[in-house]
Order: sequence, then structure tokens, then C-alpha cells
Amino acid sequence: MLAEHGADARILAGGQSLMPVLNLRLANPAVLVDINPVAEMAGISVDQSTVRIGALTRYRDIQDSPIIRQHLGLIADALPFVAHAAIRNRGTIGGSLATADPAAEMPACCLALDARMILESTRGQRTVPADGFFRSTFETALEPDELLTKIEFPIAGPDWRHAFAEFSRRHGDFAIVGAAARARLNARRFADIRVVMFGVADRPLRIDAAEKALLSAANLKEGIAAAQATLAKALEPPSDNQTSSEARLHLARVLLGRALAQFDDAVD
Amino acid sequence: MDDCADISLTVNGERVTRRVRARTNLVDFLRDDLALTGSHVGCEHGVCGACTVRVDGRITRGCLMLAVQADGATVETIEGRSDGGHLRDLQQEFHQRNALQCGFCTAGMLLTADELLSQSASLTREGVREHLSGNFCRCTGYQPIIDAIMAVAEKRGIAR
Repeated sequence: MLAEHGADARILAGGQSLMPVLNLRLANPAVLVDINPVAEMAGISVDQSTVRIGALTRYRDIQDSPIIRQHLGLIADALPFVAHAAIRNRGTIGGSLATADPAAEMPACCLALDARMILESTRGQRTVPADGFFRSTFETALEPDELLTKIEFPIAGPDWRHAFAEFSRRHGDFAIVGAAARARLNARRFADIRVVMFGVADRPLRIDAAEKALLSAANLKEGIAAAQATLAKALEPPSDNQTSSEARLHLARVLLGRALAQFDDAVD
Repeated sequence: MDDCADISLTVNGERVTRRVRARTNLVDFLRDDLALTGSHVGCEHGVCGACTVRVDGRITRGCLMLAVQADGATVETIEGRSDGGHLRDLQQEFHQRNALQCGFCTAGMLLTADELLSQSASLTREGVREHLSGNFCRCTGYQPIIDAIMAVAEKRGIAR
């Protein structure tokens, strides 16, 4: 269908982003391809090294999954922030990733978790890492004839920890600013770290300077302060009618601090 | 988008077969074709929760699902859940506390609270607030709604 209709067609997954757009007549696709009957695109599996989540897996099923709680705690912690119960009952992880809202939680988590996107078309299958998948606001590496079918997450060892924090006006709204982090610990020091901020640019961003600051800091308190200090240079947050760029930058510092403080029982 | 399709589904325990336009939302189908007007159409983009219905046992936004997608599904509306007696204790507590003013949001509130109560082993006021965050009461009568749900939770022994 996509090979035939290309950009004239839209994929309908959970519909929790696309249906509002259709109802408001903001999009008028010639062809709507409902993938909900494709049962094999939903489900969660795990082997020794990888957790695989089918793109059509609904948030509710991810939330209820013991595999996710055990291996992908960051996603488990972020999911309650995703919209509301009725939306999570129907919305899918693949739908969120392919939509690529820059303030959404799942793209940021996938980036922090070094996820790999599996894209399929009639031409074949390819794998795109999360840090090459999100291009800009509502723009991804997906070609018009490609479908995101699966997301793969490498399983981290027991020495990895995670942290998540976000600020929104009301519970369940898209974040104004959020932070997702993941760190490997060695002798109560950071040995490796991913720091991702979202809501601060046209896509979720890994903040390399903050990661370097944390790896070289003498202790967590100094590391947090140094990481926060990198944000003014690393970010140029957008302004909108809710939040100015300055306010977003301030919130980014606060949220990064709140997220990193969650490591305080594991890092000196 | 004006193509039609035949759908067959169970609505409030009854088998229903109809021809629908592909673009028709589930809630419009329920209201206009089946005259089940207890589900309300508010914002029509998934924000307000007034159109909440149950699809295959889970609450869903009736405005964010197409009727054709409900082919083969089991759909329950406020009419079915209410007549089936599933909401009796909730409705009594809502009634007792005036937990509605205009009533526009009430069907969605009841179905959302019903799901929360049935899936929770323990429930806090904060948990109720969070679960109801996707249902707007434009009269802003949230306190008695939360009171009513907590009262049911007390009676069921799951309040914390």
C-alpha cells in the first residue's frame, strides 16, 4: 500500500495522534492504512541481549509487562507521564516514535536506551539507531514507503541505572521540558552515561557536554552543577505562547538536576 | 474517505450489523446510528474524555477511533454499563454528593472511575486524580467526583 501510494498515504496505528489531526481537518490523506489487524506487529519479547517491542504494542500492554519492568525501567517510569489511561489503552509505541513529537517521552527514552528502529518496506528491511531516526519536529528517517515495525533495545547490565523527570502544565499533557538519563556505575562513580533532554529542541537531544561534565566530576553534587551549567551553551530552546525560551532553559536546568539527583543513592 | 464498509460488532451485549462511512468516528456511530446518546461529543480531539466508551474491556476515546475499526469488537457504552448494574455503587455516591452539575462529563467520569476501581488493589486520592486527568469537568466540580470515587474505594476496602 505504501509502495503504491507513498506520501499520499498515512499509517493509522493507535490513532491517538493521527485521529485528532484528521478530526481537526489538519491532514487529508488520500489513503489511510489501518495496521491494527496486523497482530504480529504487537508484542514484547526478550532474549539474552535484546528486548524487542512490536511497533503496534499499546502503551497499556507495555506498562503491564514484567519484561519491561525488569529490563527497561526507564520506559516503565516514563509511561505514567504519557497522556491518560484511555489514551494509553489504545496508543502505540511505534505510533509515538513515527510521529516524533519533540516533547514526547518515548523518543527521548529510546535515545537514552540506545534503541534501534526496524524499518520495513517492499524493498527490504533496515535498522536505524535512535540517534539517527529523529530528524526534526514530526520528521523521522522513515521513507514514505517504509513502516516502523519493531524497536530493539539492548539489555543493559545490572550496573546500569536510570532516571526520568518531566514538567508539564497538567498531568498527561506533553512535557514542556523533560530529562531522561541512564548511567553505568563503577565504585560509586559514573563510568558511562546518557543524558537526554526533550521539549527543548525540534527533537530529543543527547547532551554530550553534560555527559562529559558528569564523567569527570569529583562527586554527584559537583557533577550536577557542572552538567546544568553546560545547558546554556548546548540548548537554544524554542519559545511558544506557553513558555519562553528563557523559561525552558531554566526548566531544563531544574529538570536535569531532578533527574540526576535520582542517582544519589548510587553515586558519591 | 467516503467509502463505506459493513461492520458487525457487539454493543452493550447485542449483535449489531451496519454499513458505515469509513470516516465516521466510533462515538458518532454510537450516537447517530444506534441512538446511544449517553456518550457525549466534546472536544473531538481526545482531550476532554466526554466520549469515553469501553472497547474490548478497556476505556477508549470514542472520538479517536473509527467505527470501521470496531468491526468484531465488543463495545460497551454508559447505557450498557449502567443497565448492567456495574456502576450502581458509583452512581449512588455521585448522586449523594452532587458529583455532577451539568452532567456532560459524567458518563466519561463514571466509565473511567469504573476501570480504575476494577483494576486497582489499592487507591489513593492522588491516584484517582491522576487517572481522571484525561476527563475534563467544565463545571470544575472535581472535588465531589473524587470524593465519590474514594467513597466507593472505601466500601470496597481498597482505599489507602
